[in-house]
Amino acid sequence: MTAATPSVRDPRDPSDSGRPQAPGTGRTRPDARDEGRATAGRRDTREARDTREARDTRPDGDGPTRRHASTGRPAAARATALFSHRAARKLLPLAVAAALLVPLALAFPGAGSWPAQLAVDLSGPLGRAGDWIIDHRDSHPLFLYFFGHVSNAVVICVRAVYTVLLAAGWLGVTALAGLVAWRLAGIRLALTCVAAFAACGLLGMWVPTMQTLALMAVAVTAAVAVGALLGLAAGLSPRTDRALRPVLDTMQVLPAFAYLLPMVLVFGIGVPAAVLATVVYAAPPMARLTALGLRDADAGVLEASASLGATGRQRLFSARLPLARRQLLLGVNQAIMTGLSMAVIASVIGAGGLGDRVYQALASVDVGAALAAGIPIVLLAVVLDRTADAAGNRLGATPDPAREKHLLRRVFGGWYGRLLTVLAAVAAAVAGRIADTSLWPESWTVPIAEPVNRAVAWMTAHLYSGVPVVGGTADWSARFTGWVLDPLRTGLQAAPWWTLLLLAGAVALLVGTWRTALTAVLALAAIGVLGVWEPSLDTLSQVLAAVAVTLVLGFAIAVGAARSARAQRLLRPVLDVCQTMPQFVYLIPVVALFGVGRAPAAAAAVVYALPAVVRITTQGLSEVNPAAMEAARSLGATRSQQLWQVQLPLARPALLLAVNQAVVLVLAVVIIGGLVGGGALGYDVVLGLAQGDLATGLVAGAAIVCLGLLLDRVTQPAKEA
Amino acid sequence: MPARPPRTVRPPRTNRRRRLAAALAATTGLAVLSACGAADMTRQSSPYAAAQGAKTVTLSVQSWVGAQANTAVASYLLEHELGYRVDTVQVDEVPAWDALSQGRVDAILEDWGHPEQEDRYVKGKKTITPGGDLGVTGHIGWFVPTYFAEEHPDVTDWKNLDKYADQMRTPESRGKGQLMDGSPSYVTNDKALVKNLDLDYEVVFAGSEAAQITQIKQFAKERKPFLTYWYTPQWLFERVPMTEVKLPEYKEGCDADPEKVACAYPHTPLQKYLNTRFSESGGKAAAFLKKFHWGVEEQNEVSLMIAEEKLPPEQAAKKWVENNREVWEPWVR
Repeated sequence: MTAATPSVRDPRDPSDSGRPQAPGTGRTRPDARDEGRATAGRRDTREARDTREARDTRPDGDGPTRRHASTGRPAAARATALFSHRAARKLLPLAVAAALLVPLALAFPGAGSWPAQLAVDLSGPLGRAGDWIIDHRDSHPLFLYFFGHVSNAVVICVRAVYTVLLAAGWLGVTALAGLVAWRLAGIRLALTCVAAFAACGLLGMWVPTMQTLALMAVAVTAAVAVGALLGLAAGLSPRTDRALRPVLDTMQVLPAFAYLLPMVLVFGIGVPAAVLATVVYAAPPMARLTALGLRDADAGVLEASASLGATGRQRLFSARLPLARRQLLLGVNQAIMTGLSMAVIASVIGAGGLGDRVYQALASVDVGAALAAGIPIVLLAVVLDRTADAAGNRLGATPDPAREKHLLRRVFGGWYGRLLTVLAAVAAAVAGRIADTSLWPESWTVPIAEPVNRAVAWMTAHLYSGVPVVGGTADWSARFTGWVLDPLRTGLQAAPWWTLLLLAGAVALLVGTWRTALTAVLALAAIGVLGVWEPSLDTLSQVLAAVAVTLVLGFAIAVGAARSARAQRLLRPVLDVCQTMPQFVYLIPVVALFGVGRAPAAAAAVVYALPAVVRITTQGLSEVNPAAMEAARSLGATRSQQLWQVQLPLARPALLLAVNQAVVLVLAVVIIGGLVGGGALGYDVVLGLAQGDLATGLVAGAAIVCLGLLLDRVTQPAKEA
Repeated sequence: MPARPPRTVRPPRTNRRRRLAAALAATTGLAVLSACGAADMTRQSSPYAAAQGAKTVTLSVQSWVGAQANTAVASYLLEHELGYRVDTVQVDEVPAWDALSQGRVDAILEDWGHPEQEDRYVKGKKTITPGGDLGVTGHIGWFVPTYFAEEHPDVTDWKNLDKYADQMRTPESRGKGQLMDGSPSYVTNDKALVKNLDLDYEVVFAGSEAAQITQIKQFAKERKPFLTYWYTPQWLFERVPMTEVKLPEYKEGCDADPEKVACAYPHTPLQKYLNTRFSESGGKAAAFLKKFHWGVEEQNEVSLMIAEEKLPPEQAAKKWVENNREVWEPWVR
């Protein structure tokens, strides 16, 4: 921020930059991907350092309080005063809330559930709206002149990209990918790229891969454009930023599944709905990072360009945008990763491509085939991520003319090189055409489905029950359901509704401010008003139980991994795969192991959320100040003392972040768990999609949004300071 | 970032402006171009269709394997005998009607009876045309494994189900017996049935057919009793023999009010439906799909190859087509 636009807030104030302050670890959903990406380690650490910096500069509470408390008193007295003052400040709203709620509670004394008098039944109007849309979709001008064209434009774009990809043939596409990767990052990434595409072909998934790639290309381009525009608006005008931030916040905690129904309703099943759902899902990270980059621009440079007489637009294009390019590229990367995960989930609404193969394999309970389609998704994720990452690093690095370059790289450098790259790819494509192998030759495929299925069958046959000592997975599942999930659900559903509201408010107050608490309480109340109190609490109980398991396992693994670099190296590919593999692939083996019900949903959620928790915690633990560790060691602390009294307390911010991540990720998968008997809100969303039942689906979707907000707020310390 | 000398402060201004203007003009042009005509929401084909200039048919595949078998054989014949390119899209039943009406898919080959959609699209909008019988009769019901029915023959009458409720209990069934239902997209009255017949059972939704099949197989391996919503024809009967539980007899109209249903499910002759425009101008492909007609055994043969031998649908279809020329030859003529 320059002097020209005086800002009340410090530019580094985290409240100003909100969540995007920590591209590596600070955001919610995209990080799942971000963490999941097979990123080069150096970037992870670099971003973690950013996080730390941002956190260190964070004021310890709100400004006014501190100033008030520190008006010339002895230190000890000041401290106690500060404490009591803050405690009082924190308790006051709670008391007010209690005062407001008690009469309500007396008026509607119902034992546990939300009082019916306070609920609104939306099924009538929503059902009518759904019918109206279906009846008027072929005739109403809104559809004829707007949505219809949007839909056609999407179809035309996807078809154009798809045709080009098919025309290029496997030789052309692979050559282009390899060359681009080579130009950006060198021979290793190029080989990875070529190997990845070859693997897609070998698995017999060439055409679906191209379909997904075409869909992705269109969706991500649109998402980047939309996100950049929004981010531009938010980065340049604080007012837009304030208006936009809550919206983006909400979109980040929304599980992908909740986006699908409105799209299907307007566009019907098919590629346009899938592309637009992907755009909506992938745009927020881009918008956030763009805004962040613009706001964080070096004040000195801006001042200099202003003093040289640059106009506003010149300043934007010549100083602010170039300065923000690291964030911009990171945004593009995020958009790609979120887009890819959505492209799979969107197969439920007819996206086609790889996701559809996974989904069809699911129908015939064919884990092997699902895996064969899932691997290309993982490979695409890895390749796209590394390429975008390399592009980012290249932009960040200053060119070093003195460095001796390889002859070939010199040939392929610069504008000529770009032309040469394209020409080489075209040559490869033409060669492929001449050799008449535009599609991957069918004889070159390796069937992996059968061995995988045999392995899964063996596993489920031997682990399901009767395993000595520990018992089979069926027994675990029964115990988990009976001893953890059931009591939790019964407890939540039996607790009077106003107690839960108070509890949510109190927890939110403890970790945040009155604003956090207000959001949390309102979100919970909205769930009640929507009339889905019971199923929402059911979902909540599943989330809580799965988060607990995730955290226990995740922290244990992380503590182990933080001690040895080799363990971390071994862990990384496993974590990558766990995170980028579409959840649909492992839903079925999970059912085979744990039976239908809430337990498999929780298990799938743990698989999905564990990597993020392990990564963040490991990183937090291994970056604990070495001096502090050394000091502890020299004082004769044992290893466990070091861990409990030094490492864990110092890594507290990372641990809290891990909790937040775990909550949001688990919620996303528990919803998908509706497909394997998870019931509750997830089932309602699936039902809404499957039956085109807008009333059930949208209400459940809205409840999920509220639940996500609630969970996010009560686990995100002092975000809205 | 160090304050670099702002060497890029003076950009080639005119150039940039020109580019901006060009972009603006292009956008406006595109907007005008697209706004002048109405977009037809009933002509929405898949972008992947006809990518290489071939005649293309898009078929909807529902999530159950029987439907996959229909589609696999139909697409094999369309591709190899009639020279079409076939695209398949996996869609749930109700959205498939909508997709059919919009022209995103050209045909549904197996429909289990959706009177509401029929009223809306076939009689009302006339965007969908009936394509005749598939030849298979479908039936939904409640089933117990045959090994259990043999031990306890009286379980096959709904009146005795309560006696076995505690044997059918699972962690998910809230202390009652478990009646397992499948995908939320399937036609079901089970919640109302359990309530109206006053049974000591809880309907537990598996959420997807895949989850339901996996669970049934797992139960069967342990030879445990279970009660499940299921339907015939279905390939799983070949692997896990199941016996139907008799519910109060089905009479015409007894399922009219979904809240008050207290009778069995009907036997439904499964239907094919085509997009009206495709039905009229779809040429050989439309004629072929209208003639497509096979029996339970044939469908099950292909289903089993897909689901149990894990053959890819195309190969299963190829195998069946090679051995059953006399069945399909009339369809393509």
